[in-house]
Amino acid sequence: MSTLAAGSIALPLADEQLQRVSDAVAGLSPAQLQWVSGYIAGLSAGPAAQAQVEPESGKTLTILYGSQTGNGEGVAAALAARAGELGFTAALCSLADYRHASLKRESLAVFVVSTHGEGDPPDDAELFHEFLLSPRAPQLPGLRYAVLALGDSSYVNFCQTGRELDARLEQLGAGRLLPIVECDVDFEADAESWSDRVAAGLPEWLDAPPAAPRLRAVDTAVRFGKENPFAATVLLNQKITARGSSKDVRHVELSLEGSGLASEPGDALAVLASNPPQLVEQLLKYLGANPDDDVRLGDETVRLRDVLAHRLEITAASVGFVRAWSAASGAAELERLLEDGRQAELVDFMDTHQVIDILRRFPADVEAANFVSMLRKLSPRSYSIASSPRANPDEVHLTVAAVRYQAFGSEHWGAASTHIVDRIEEGGTLSVYVEPNSRFRLPADDATDIIMIGPGTGVAPFRGFVEERAERGASGRNWLFFGDRNFSTDFLYQIEWQQRLKLGQLHRLDVAFSRDQARKVYVQDRIRERGAEVYEWLENGAVIYVCGDAKRMAGDVDAALVDVIAAGAGVDRAAAEHRVRELRRDGRYRRDVY
Amino acid sequence: MSGKALTDVERIKAKSRYLRGTIAESLADPLTGALAEDDTQVSKFHGFYQQDDRDLRSERKRQRLEPAYSFMIRARIPAGVCTPAQWLSMDRLARHHANGTIRLTTRQAIQLHGVIKRDLKATIAAINASLLDTLAACGDVNRNVMAPPLPALSAIHRDVRADAERLSAHLTPATRAYHELWLDGEKVGGADAEPIYGETYLPRKFKTGFVVPPQNDTDVFTQDLGFIAISRGNELLGYNVTVGGGMGMSHGEPETYPRLGDVLGFCERDQMLAVAEAVVTTQRDFGDRSNRKHGRLKYTIDDRGIDWFRGEVESRSGIELQESRPFAFAGNGDVYGWQRSDDGRWHYTLFVQNGRVLDDEGRELLSGLRAIAEAHDGEFRLTPNQNLIISDVADADKAGIDRLLHEFGIANDEQATPLRLHSLACVALPTCALAMAESERYLPSLVDRLEAELAAAGLGNDPITIRMTGCPNGCARPYIAEIGLVGKGPGTYNLYLGASFAGDRLGSLYLDNADETAIVATLSELFRRYAAERDAGERFGDFLIRSGRVREIRAGRHFHEEPAGA
Ligand code: SRM
Ligand SMILES: Cc1cc2nc3c(=O)[nH]c(=O)nc-3n(C[C@H](O)[C@H](O)[C@H](O)COP(=O)(O)OP(=O)(O)OC[C@H]3O[C@@H](n4cnc5c(N)ncnc54)[C@H](O)[C@@H]3O)c2cc1C
Ligand SMILES: Cc1cc2nc3c(=O)[nH]c(=O)nc-3n(C[C@H](O)[C@H](O)[C@H](O)COP(=O)(O)O)c2cc1C
Ligand code: SF4
Repeated sequence: MSTLAAGSIALPLADEQLQRVSDAVAGLSPAQLQWVSGYIAGLSAGPAAQAQVEPESGKTLTILYGSQTGNGEGVAAALAARAGELGFTAALCSLADYRHASLKRESLAVFVVSTHGEGDPPDDAELFHEFLLSPRAPQLPGLRYAVLALGDSSYVNFCQTGRELDARLEQLGAGRLLPIVECDVDFEADAESWSDRVAAGLPEWLDAPPAAPRLRAVDTAVRFGKENPFAATVLLNQKITARGSSKDVRHVELSLEGSGLASEPGDALAVLASNPPQLVEQLLKYLGANPDDDVRLGDETVRLRDVLAHRLEITAASVGFVRAWSAASGAAELERLLEDGRQAELVDFMDTHQVIDILRRFPADVEAANFVSMLRKLSPRSYSIASSPRANPDEVHLTVAAVRYQAFGSEHWGAASTHIVDRIEEGGTLSVYVEPNSRFRLPADDATDIIMIGPGTGVAPFRGFVEERAERGASGRNWLFFGDRNFSTDFLYQIEWQQRLKLGQLHRLDVAFSRDQARKVYVQDRIRERGAEVYEWLENGAVIYVCGDAKRMAGDVDAALVDVIAAGAGVDRAAAEHRVRELRRDGRYRRDVY
Repeated sequence: MSGKALTDVERIKAKSRYLRGTIAESLADPLTGALAEDDTQVSKFHGFYQQDDRDLRSERKRQRLEPAYSFMIRARIPAGVCTPAQWLSMDRLARHHANGTIRLTTRQAIQLHGVIKRDLKATIAAINASLLDTLAACGDVNRNVMAPPLPALSAIHRDVRADAERLSAHLTPATRAYHELWLDGEKVGGADAEPIYGETYLPRKFKTGFVVPPQNDTDVFTQDLGFIAISRGNELLGYNVTVGGGMGMSHGEPETYPRLGDVLGFCERDQMLAVAEAVVTTQRDFGDRSNRKHGRLKYTIDDRGIDWFRGEVESRSGIELQESRPFAFAGNGDVYGWQRSDDGRWHYTLFVQNGRVLDDEGRELLSGLRAIAEAHDGEFRLTPNQNLIISDVADADKAGIDRLLHEFGIANDEQATPLRLHSLACVALPTCALAMAESERYLPSLVDRLEAELAAAGLGNDPITIRMTGCPNGCARPYIAEIGLVGKGPGTYNLYLGASFAGDRLGSLYLDNADETAIVATLSELFRRYAAERDAGERFGDFLIRSGRVREIRAGRHFHEEPAGA
């Protein structure tokens, strides 16, 4: 295996892509160019080729990653580049493309794997994960390994996939080189130090001093990122749900002019927001603290009000917070929730209780400084980019649902969504950076049909997809399934879709409005109703995309697809489920759910 | 009109397969609340109009949502007679499928507004289940046939009502499309036929009304075809036939104008159907199908002459019309409050402001009428002035009805002053697609101001007719009101004066494009003159003509000649 990146990259290149490649190689020395050409040759071999190349046992570091939103993939790619730079041979491979049988011949492998859903593996690791945890997995006495787990401690099943992998490899007789490292949402520092330790261990583990030092691939990454977000001007903040809607969804247009930020359809925009000022006031009142007092935050000293407003997560509670507050309050109910085996209850509790709700339900006398230490850093929120960069250079459009609701007798707000919707005027700015999502790309071949399933704000990326395919003049057909509560108020982008249908840029549109009739109807019901045609499209090579709610929709749609395939192919459920997993592995069933 | 290209609506009718169009497909399309464009024409024949809430139009466009489409459904009620059970059914539909109001129209029909596409079928089916229907309530056919609403008043009224119902049935389209679409009727497809109308129906809408002098409540001179009852004692002899009335015109297009019908001659009672059919088929064959604004019978007659028209009708019907008989009208309003008919029963004419039945604070018309309908076993009758008659009440039940009227705050004495009782306004905004200005939502407050002026002039008890429309189509028949206000733009109206109290003389333009201030100031001045200078018993409109303040219009085609002025 000689490839550094997985997935099928579109070749031949579009103008803009070509531009990026030539930008990337501009100014390289001949030696550097030679390295890059090898890199690219590997890329062009494609996933099929990767899977067939046997590792050069004992000489190669195999870097396997399972990543949904690209964080882990980035860490893994950086590590591969670094190993190459140090003169070692590194094989980088997505778990989706990795041949399971190769595992018993590996001698040195590191895994970078995140956790999604409710403690589930990322899509690309699903089959590998299932294989490894099954009785079919071989004994692995010859393998030495290390695991970097990515996750988010606000989820109950923190880094679950990484933990399972780590434990199972040991059980199969593999030798753990490094203790597992579990990264939280601000994974960069931990990932970096883990990579340092891997790099430091390589000479010993590979038992071979590096040959001539190799060169690092040129960093084509954008200047603006998490640590250095771009101040994007808000051009438009338009409500797109009508009067009487139960929701407030906005179409937001941002200018990226001058940022050099590039995106591809399917990417998300990360937004660094501030907390709702009303909530900050409520917390200050609760704590009875002076807002101008200084508190410690890592190495810094910051005013309490600023910490609460801009630096810490004060809306969504994390498991860590629940634990800390349970200790502080001594509340029996919290303690009970944290017991083993009550995870579902805990998840439910955190879905319905913000930090302030926990404080109010389980009062405790806690010093401001202590309270601050219980909270996590405020993390950026992702919003699918709802526009095609090709059609709207220098702009991104978002579809943002304001999280505002009544609970426990008071008004509640989501941090980022209300920041975007309520607290930034048109003409104001938002701190953003692009979050690439290579797992959620349009097919490279424009002739491929696509089926897009995007209820609610899940429709956002598909607005970009359709716009992009129209712009490219793609010959493949586009089929959208959309759903929401009410036809007359919540049909997001209705007149745009009608127009695209008329222009032949959208070929089919099926809608499900759950609350317009006594019987609730959802997208999965429409998929089943259209099952025969969906199956026909699939047989014809269509790629399926799902975006939106992870809690229920994604699973329900998945079940519908299993039914559709079972009926279409005349096979039983188990076989259909297997087909679905294959579709995922082959990149023909892609999900971006949240 | 041969040689000129037919209108698009003619093309649509021709390929509609007797009014089927693609309505079934349009109803099934889940991506829009609208019908396919051609179907919006066909739908009218089935009694419903596609509309959208104009208050929300620009807002929704910015929200990237299509207009808030909904439908107005018009139930056809010949002579305006319905049972309490039918009323209750409309009341239920209004609350469950429409905007929570019932709208009584100027043609004695009932409209529901705000019915969304997916509720259309259930609503129309329910209307039919209550034994009313919507077929031909709109469209290029004979519309709801009007007749004096109180048949109980005399034997003449009863006979006239029977004739109106006969004529209505005779001119109802025969297509099975209506049953197929709404009542799950068996599909007969191409085997359909229209013996009177033919495949392309009439060039334009067609309206028929009966009237019993001296009350001209159905405004017989505004009908395409009118029948003025001529009687001797208790015997209905026959009718003076009027033809070529109509109100609609367009601003800035003098070739369009309101016109009062001509009396064509007299026919015996049993000749009525044949004469009516001959009038309809003459219009079918000679009406202008190349220009919708010139398609009404009134233009056919003005283009070819009344004598030609009489000849055509006589030869088609085989009936020679007799010399018209004398008649006289006293007024075109309703007689309010309790009346007793010759059979000893009671009838209460209830004032319904602008025909809108809804619950307001302190004035719960919708609930009140529901309560009365539940308690009452007589009839509900709709008047041509957008009012409602609680009809056929026994002596013993009268007090009970009275109590309910007061309980819900809807009795006439609780709301009405003479000007208001003689006011009509068309629907206009927000539902009517053609409205240029407010009407129904605005007239009540203008009446408040004008009543103050009338009181100041000492005219507080003198009835004057006032009618407002949101555009020059004239749905509230404003050109025959003593004060006619016709919308020209947001907040501005043309003021027409000089029409007669009995609806037999057109008004003429007095102020162009005037706002409320100008309208009130002008009328206030004229009210004072009228109070000071009128002859005994002289009506406001008559006074304006006699005193030379307003030019008299003697025929519709002179309507736009030389501006009048004070
Ligand atoms: C409801 C009603 C007014 C009311 O306040 O009661 C009404 C309402 C409308 N009329 Fe009318 N007309 C109504 C009686 C009239 C009358 C009075 C009459 O018939 O006695 C007239 C004047 C007489 C005449 O026909 O000349 C009238 C002349 C028009 C015209 C102009 C016709 C013309 O040939 O000049 C239009 C527009 C058109 O047909 O192109 C029109 C069109 C309309 C439409 C359907 C607007 C449209 O075409 O999109 C209005 C629906 C508004 C809404 O939101 O409900 N309406 N319309 C009356 C329903 C009567 C019924 O039950 O059938
Ligand atoms: C890849 C990706 C793409 C995304 N794309 C989009 C997009 O295109 N559009 C979009 O709008 N969002 C999108 N999201 C979601 C988005 O990132 C945010 O999660 C969302 O806007 C909420 O963030 P917030 O800061 O406003 O709320 P937070 O401050 O995070 O508050 C959320 C908390 O409020 C509580 N809560 C919320 N609703 C309720 C309720 N009804 N009842 C009780 N408690 C409740 C819960 O405790 C929850 O944890 C995406 C997410 C991901 C991961
Ligand atoms: C929809 C969704 C569900 C998630 N579920 C979990 C979870 O159950 N446990 C966890 O530790 N992290 C969870 N995470 C957090 C991710 O693992 C974390 O964001 C990680 O950095 C993603 O890495 P990747 O981009 O390589 O997939 C979830 C993230 C998302 C978007
Ligand atoms: S007069 Fe004009 S505005 Fe009024 S209802 Fe008729 S068409 Fe509409």
